[in-house]
Amino acid sequence: MTSLDVTPDSARRPFSGRRARFGDLILQGAAALAALYALVLVGLIVWKVIDGARLSISTFGLSFVWSTTWDPVKEVFGAGTFLYGTAVTSFGALILATPIALGIALFLTELAPRGIRGPVTALVETLAAIPSVVIGLWGIFVLGPVLRDHVNPALHSVLGFIPLFGPPGTYASNMFTAIIVLTIMILPIIASISRELFLSVPTELKEGALGLGTTRWEMIRGVVFPYSRGGVAAAVILGFGRAIGEAIAVAQVIGAFTGINISLFHPASTLGANIALNAQGASSGLETSSLIYCALILLVFSIIVNLLAQWIVRRTARRQGLAQ
Amino acid sequence: MSAAEMHSLQRPHDRLRRRRLVNLGMELLAWLAAAAAVFILGVVVWSVAKKGASALSLDLFTKAQVSPGGFLPNVHGGLANAFVGTLVVVGLATLMALPLGILIAIYVNEFAPRAIKSAVGLTLDVLAGVPAIVIGIFVFSLIVVAQGQSAYAGAFALSVLMLPFVARTTIEVLALVPNSLREAGLGVGAPRWRTTLGIVLPQTIGGILTSAVLAVARVAGETAPLLYTCSLAQQGTHWDPSLPLQTIPVAIFELSDQPDATSQALAWAGALVLIIFILLLSLGARWLATRSRRKIAGASR
Repeated sequence: MTSLDVTPDSARRPFSGRRARFGDLILQGAAALAALYALVLVGLIVWKVIDGARLSISTFGLSFVWSTTWDPVKEVFGAGTFLYGTAVTSFGALILATPIALGIALFLTELAPRGIRGPVTALVETLAAIPSVVIGLWGIFVLGPVLRDHVNPALHSVLGFIPLFGPPGTYASNMFTAIIVLTIMILPIIASISRELFLSVPTELKEGALGLGTTRWEMIRGVVFPYSRGGVAAAVILGFGRAIGEAIAVAQVIGAFTGINISLFHPASTLGANIALNAQGASSGLETSSLIYCALILLVFSIIVNLLAQWIVRRTARRQGLAQ
Repeated sequence: MSAAEMHSLQRPHDRLRRRRLVNLGMELLAWLAAAAAVFILGVVVWSVAKKGASALSLDLFTKAQVSPGGFLPNVHGGLANAFVGTLVVVGLATLMALPLGILIAIYVNEFAPRAIKSAVGLTLDVLAGVPAIVIGIFVFSLIVVAQGQSAYAGAFALSVLMLPFVARTTIEVLALVPNSLREAGLGVGAPRWRTTLGIVLPQTIGGILTSAVLAVARVAGETAPLLYTCSLAQQGTHWDPSLPLQTIPVAIFELSDQPDATSQALAWAGALVLIIFILLLSLGARWLATRSRRKIAGASR
């Protein structure tokens, strides 16, 4: 046997008996402990975040969630305005990103010529690898000014009758810039999951449809979309979860304004951005605790969103299993 | 052919043309979507390259920031302190997350009963879905409130981010190892632990390395977990993990907020170095992945 086993006993009866089972026990024990650590970690995160928010929870109660005052001077805090900012920017990003991401995924699976399929897939993945702080930096100095000077006035003149597209302000940092930045960030996530789902659609089904004389788009609508519907829904939900949780890039481009303004071209703030921007500025224990309360709201949302996505994936997997 | 027959042929032909037009329009939109993504990536990388390159100098790598936190406008300096800090924090995070992630994967793939397997999988998904800023707040509440900020606290926060990623990808590569190898190991009388560590795991070294490199690329650019755990850096370049060290992402975040051109130029230079670092890691991971896939394919033949 190997040089590791030098004792005569193990040389005679390699790896049998107590020593072998002892090794098994150690490896299995260590592995099980590591798995337990992951479980404990999730519990610990929930507990410590609730623990840190306790002061704020006992002071403001549940009404903190919708109260729109955030006043460090009077020590009155509420997450309402940030919740509004989070909802508007995340939904906005989702509405923009979903069709584009599905288009990218369809392009990569059904349309792209063989030679550019690989490189474009790699480029989309690279977009996901760019750190949020860099996207945010680019958002402040490149994207924001371009949107303010060219896009926002155009949108206002065409869609100005909708209150969301109010008069374009002088701020380059506003909700609309944040929406575009978030769109860029969740685009590759939804696209790459959808791409894998589209790839898993059986070729016989697609060829069957095309053989019946459908156009490519009709085949996609009739075969690819229905087959991958559940998975795509989960991908979109995961993208949404990513959008609500993004703090850094949004903090950089949203303008840090506490208050609700219906126009997208106005600065605002989100739950994540508010936490990030006050990292070194919390002046009291109650303010710190209120920031942690904001994190707790984010945590609850992210867990709900993830479990929802998981549930959809499992349900559709079961259905497809039955259908086959 | 009668006139009536001609007429009935005409209508399907029109419909076919409309269907083809719709198809063409949709295909065009998909092409545009892909082009848009590539265009955005190009513009971001080009902006960073252009604005960062002009601020690139030897000082960037040899001198520390004059004032971390960036409250002294128009003062020159480099980002040496931030490069060192990122090296220390990300290195420590990898040391914490990698062994644990691999052990979790071994448990899930080699030992766990079916029910526990899916429970651990769900836990990893939930953990992966926790926003980075919440993880920062968690570590703040767990460690920083009592012991203050440090590179250890920051590294722990990053390791929480890495763990589900490393575990997930390692589970995937372990699942690729053919069962015949496990059976061969057990068949010659090797115990389970010996088979797992001596036969199965070496097959996946390439895959695990890939996932480690990707995980590093991922957290090297993370700002959110560090803001509350490792951002109150002192002046000068330090290696001591018990101090809060400046990191590149946090430096970019702070500098991007400053009104003066010098600070902004420093932010772009930091962004350029960070992006190059991350792209090189991603390319390296891609290369490792194709290599190890070829190896596993060879082994199963």
